[in-house]
This record gives sequence, C-alpha cells and structure tokens, in this order.
Amino acid sequence: MRNTLRQASHSANFMIGFVLIIAILIMVGVYPLFNPGSPLDMIGLGTFFKPGMYISMYDAAETAPSYTLRIDGAAAKRIDAKLPQSDRESMKRWLTAYGVPEDAIDVDDLNDLLNLWHNTYDEDARPAGLTSAFRRSVARIDAALDGLLEPLDVRVYTRDPQSGEMNETARIRDDQFINVSEVVTTRRLWLGTDNFGRDAFKELLAATGVSLKIGLIAGLIATALGLMLGLLSGFVGGLVDDIIMFFANLFTVIPGFVLLILISYSIGQEQRGATVVAAVIGCTSWVWTTRSVRAQTISLRNRDHVNLSRLSGHTLPRILATDILPYIASYVVMALILQICSGILAEAQLSMLGLGPKTTETPTLGLMMFWGMTYAAHQNGAWWAYFPVILMIALVSFSMNLMNTGLDQVFNPQLRS
Amino acid sequence: MPDATRDGARDGTRGSELCLSGKGVTKVFGIGARRTVAVDHVDFDFRKGEVISIVGESGSGKTTLVKMLLGLTSVTEGDVFFMGGRRDISTRRLKTEYWRGIQAIFQDPFSSYNIFHKIDAVLLDCINMRGGKNLPKEKKTEMMSEACGFVNLEFKELTNKYPFELSGGQMQRLMIARIFLLQPKILLADEPTSMIDACSRATILDMLLNLREEIGMTIIFVTHDIGLAYYVSDTVYIMEKGRFVEFGGADDVILRPSAEYTRRLIQDVPKIHEPWDFTKRASKALAR
Repeated sequence: MRNTLRQASHSANFMIGFVLIIAILIMVGVYPLFNPGSPLDMIGLGTFFKPGMYISMYDAAETAPSYTLRIDGAAAKRIDAKLPQSDRESMKRWLTAYGVPEDAIDVDDLNDLLNLWHNTYDEDARPAGLTSAFRRSVARIDAALDGLLEPLDVRVYTRDPQSGEMNETARIRDDQFINVSEVVTTRRLWLGTDNFGRDAFKELLAATGVSLKIGLIAGLIATALGLMLGLLSGFVGGLVDDIIMFFANLFTVIPGFVLLILISYSIGQEQRGATVVAAVIGCTSWVWTTRSVRAQTISLRNRDHVNLSRLSGHTLPRILATDILPYIASYVVMALILQICSGILAEAQLSMLGLGPKTTETPTLGLMMFWGMTYAAHQNGAWWAYFPVILMIALVSFSMNLMNTGLDQVFNPQLRS
Repeated sequence: MPDATRDGARDGTRGSELCLSGKGVTKVFGIGARRTVAVDHVDFDFRKGEVISIVGESGSGKTTLVKMLLGLTSVTEGDVFFMGGRRDISTRRLKTEYWRGIQAIFQDPFSSYNIFHKIDAVLLDCINMRGGKNLPKEKKTEMMSEACGFVNLEFKELTNKYPFELSGGQMQRLMIARIFLLQPKILLADEPTSMIDACSRATILDMLLNLREEIGMTIIFVTHDIGLAYYVSDTVYIMEKGRFVEFGGADDVILRPSAEYTRRLIQDVPKIHEPWDFTKRASKALAR
C-alpha cells in the first residue's frame, strides 16, 4: 500500500490533479471561515451586480473622515463618466447634420466636444434629416450639460424629527475623499451577485463543496454496487452471472441519462435533496464498473492462488476480499475517481434541466448554471454568473481525469515507462 | 473405454484399497456450436499408497480432470468415488471436509501465492484447517518451522517475507511444506516441476516422495513428461483428447506401449545421445 502511494506520487499527472483537487477543497473549506453566513443569503436587492468592491455610501458620507486631495483630471473624469457614450453620439449626429465636418468631431475628447457644442448649438435650428423627437432629446442633453462643468457641492440634508425641518448636515465638495479602509462596512464581491442577489463567489465555493459531495456519494454508491455485482457475477458465474448481466445489459441499452431524468422526475421536487440526487445518480451508473470488474474477476478466478485459497477452505466473501479485490484495487480506485467526476457532471446536467436538488436549499454547480440560464445571464453579459461555474466544473473534472491518467500510467503495465 | 486393460499391472500395486475412482467422468464446456468436450467419459481407479501419473500433451484435458477431482469445477456427467463412497461436496462444509483429504500442488509456484499476503499466512491457513486455530502462537511457529525444515527451508528466514522475495524452487518447496502440514490422503500434483529448473526438479520430486513415505499418502502426478512419469510412478494413465487411451503399470505402459499415442509420446522424449530427427517430427505434426 505504501509502495503504491509512493509510485503514484512519482507520476506528475497524478500529482498535478491531486494538488488541484486539494487546493479546491481547501478553498471550499477555508473561505467560509473568513466570510461567515449562509451562501444563500440574498444580500443584493437586484440581479447580477457586477464584481467589485462595494462600500457603504451612507457610511462614506456619514461616518468616514474626509480628506481633501487635489488630483488633476478628477473633475474631467467625473464629467466623462457622467456623459454617456450614447449622448455623445447624439451630439455628434446633431453637429454633423448642422454642417460640422465629421472628422472635426472627436467624441472621446470631452473638452473639445463641449467647446464645439457650446459654440455651435442652437436650440431653434432645424438641421435637415432630424426628427423633432430627436431634436427634443438633444435639447434635454444640452440642458443637462450646463451643470457639468461647474459642479455644485452635494448637500446632505436630514429631517429634524420634531420640527420636520430639513437641516443641512453635510456638504460634499468635489475634492473630498474618504479612505476605503476607514469605511465601516465594505464588501468585496469577487464575482458580483447572481440573479437572486447572492454573493456569487461564496455561492460558487459552497456549490463546489456540495457538488463534490454529490459526486463522492454517487461515485461511492456506483463503485460499491458495481464492485459487488461484478465480483459476484465474475466469480460465481452460472445463473448468478446470467441474472446480473441481464440487468447490466438492460441498463446499458437504456441510456443512463434518460433513466436518471425519469427517476428524478418521479421522485418529485420536494423529495430531491442533494443526497437523494446523489443516490439516484449512483444507482444508475454502476453498469460499466460491473462489466469491467466482472471481466477482471473472470481472468483472476482461475488463477492458482485462488484455487489454493478455495482448497484452504476459505469462504466466498473472504476469497473475494483477499484474493480478488487486492488484485483489482488499483483499477477500482481509478473507476471510483471517474465515477466521482461523472457524478458531478450528471448532477450538473440534471440541474440544468431543473431536475437537480431542490432549488431553494442547496447551491450546486448545476443549479447555479440553471439559474444563470433561466435569468439569461449569458444574454445580459453577466459572465460572472455562469462562466466561473463552467470553469470550476472543468477544473474539477480535469484534475480528476489527470489523477486517473496518472494512476493508469503507474498501474497499467502497457503504459508503464 | 480404454482399450488396453492390463489386469497384471493392477495386481502388482502396493495397496489394494481404492481411494479415488471415477466412472464416466465427463466435462463439457459451452453449448451449441461452442461445445467442447474437455474430458470424455474417463474411468479410473486410484489405489491407496500408489503414485499415479496422468500423462498427456497440452490440451488433452489433464488440468480439467484435476480440477474436477479437486472439486473446483463441477462434473458434467459421471461419478467420482472417494474413500469407498460416492463423493458428496454439495455444501461448503462437506467441501472443506473433502479438502482435508485431498490437496494439490499447482504448476506455477509464482502464481500459487497471493502476492499481497506474507507467506506465513499460507502456512497458518493449513494449521487452521487442521483444527489448530486455537493453538498457542509458539506451538504454531514450531509446527511451521518443522514443516519448513522438512523441505530444507529455514522458517526464520522466511517469516514476514512476501512470496516475490522467494525463488521459484523455494516457493514450490514451501508448497510441499504446506502439504506436510495438511497431511492429506491424496495429493494431486499438477505438473509441479515444469516451471522449475532441472536441479531443483529432482529435489522437489524427492521431497514429494519422502513426504509420501512419511504420511502415507497417494500421489497423483499430472505431467506431460513421460520420463518423469516412468521415474516416479507405479501406475500410468495416458490421456489423449480427453480420454484415457492406455493405462497400467509403469513398466508395462512405457516399455511395452500398445497405443499409438503412447509410442509417439515416448519417441518425442528428447534423448541426449541421439540426434533429433526434425524431419520425422515435422511430418508427424503434419499428419496429425
């Protein structure tokens, strides 16, 4: 056993996969310690907030000490941010229609554009080819421009509870700054929020944990079932073999995924917890393990050491456990890794169809994809709601397959170098 | 039925009591187009204390016969009689009881051991099987040392070792030590020396024959080597394509063969002082 582990640790593929999986597990385990609370808390009122640092506006205005910093271009930047690109395009359209040559207009240089605008714009002019609705919208933009260049201070008023009078409590100049670290409440949303307003990064890690658990349970069930049936079928042979292989063939002919859908559907939304889904996945994916364990057992059962063990009066379970199982153990471990991986993928597929675990109680990778898809995250440009999930699924299955390949290179004599 | 029954040969044997015999023992693998008759209605009478050889070329059904005799494979047709009565191994208990009386040594010592178990486990199994499960540890060690001593092995050097740390000869000798501990009435030796080098071969044969003297068991050698059969056995059965074509006392069968197949087997034994005639062998092979 120790020797086997040492051999496996010499395989680069295995070690890379192993380290990746361990890193993922550590993240899943450790992150909640720094960021407590349920991953399903809907902290954001709204859908798909962008990733970034969120600081409390109220705290910033009320409690954080302010500093005056003179930063060149700060005002220009603000105006830049205030005048959206669409407005600039409208201004450009008006100007060209008015007769300004197109190459003289630069929408990216704000000062230039505003100067040109002030010198040229005439509210009463009616350039050809512009609808009156468009002219009115341009007039509105023009009105808004007036305040842009000479900013007014932002004044904060609070209502006096007794008299009902509004008193000015704060006045924020355009050169006042706060230090982010002095704001009492800030929240870094690495991956923004999802459609429910949940912290997507936290949810992603929690979902990875649940999905790995589902994969592990499904893989263990499938491997245990497959191993037991395969050993029995291969070693005992005869009628037992015929019956087991009949069911195995049945399961092979019906696509496993269709079976999975039917069972999940008939269980019903209320009963489908993560464990139930894992059990269902496990119970429908034992076939290939059974077939290959059976094949290996058949090749082993006529070996002399097995005959000798039988002659020594050992019982069937003991022969299976001590004379057959150790010889195929490496294969079974490899099958287990692949079963875990395919369990995670099966859960994701099921959840994408809305047949995964009950939607409100557990986050899983598949469910995150499901909600991302339902709320059209891919059409809204909310990449953070689905792309990291895809990446995580890919990473998990990549590292597991890598481990499997590494083990294969160690244990398969045909690949051994 | 074998065509060459020689009553004289039977009278010359030491024991007269039958210990293992069979009537019309048959093994058929597969059904329909894939039906293969591995052993075809063979009759045999093995007497107590004899050394019997079953000789035949590869694929003649020897190993299948051995497995049936050991009760590792079912018998398709026919009856096996053990110690005077019809053999009954229908339950596991009866089987274990049967295996106390009949044991085997296999051809390949390298595959006879479970590579994950230390060799002590093999010997301890034997002691347990003989009802020594609750013996004190010292007593068990003493028994194992004695068994190893019988086959010229030092138990102290072997204990806590894995099978792959032993040489082929050592492994096969340890198999004999196992038989020494089990003391069965019948030993089926399925080509016990074919994977061993020539020097160890004689040692192992001598040990087996000594063991037979010691505990008075019947040995059934299964071999393709007719020279070996002549060297060790009292009675020889010649097997061809699942049938016994000839049997009788070793001298009778080897020195005065009556079946064509036996003559061919004897001719094919390589002789050191004569050059091999490949042309004759090749034409014979074509004729087959």
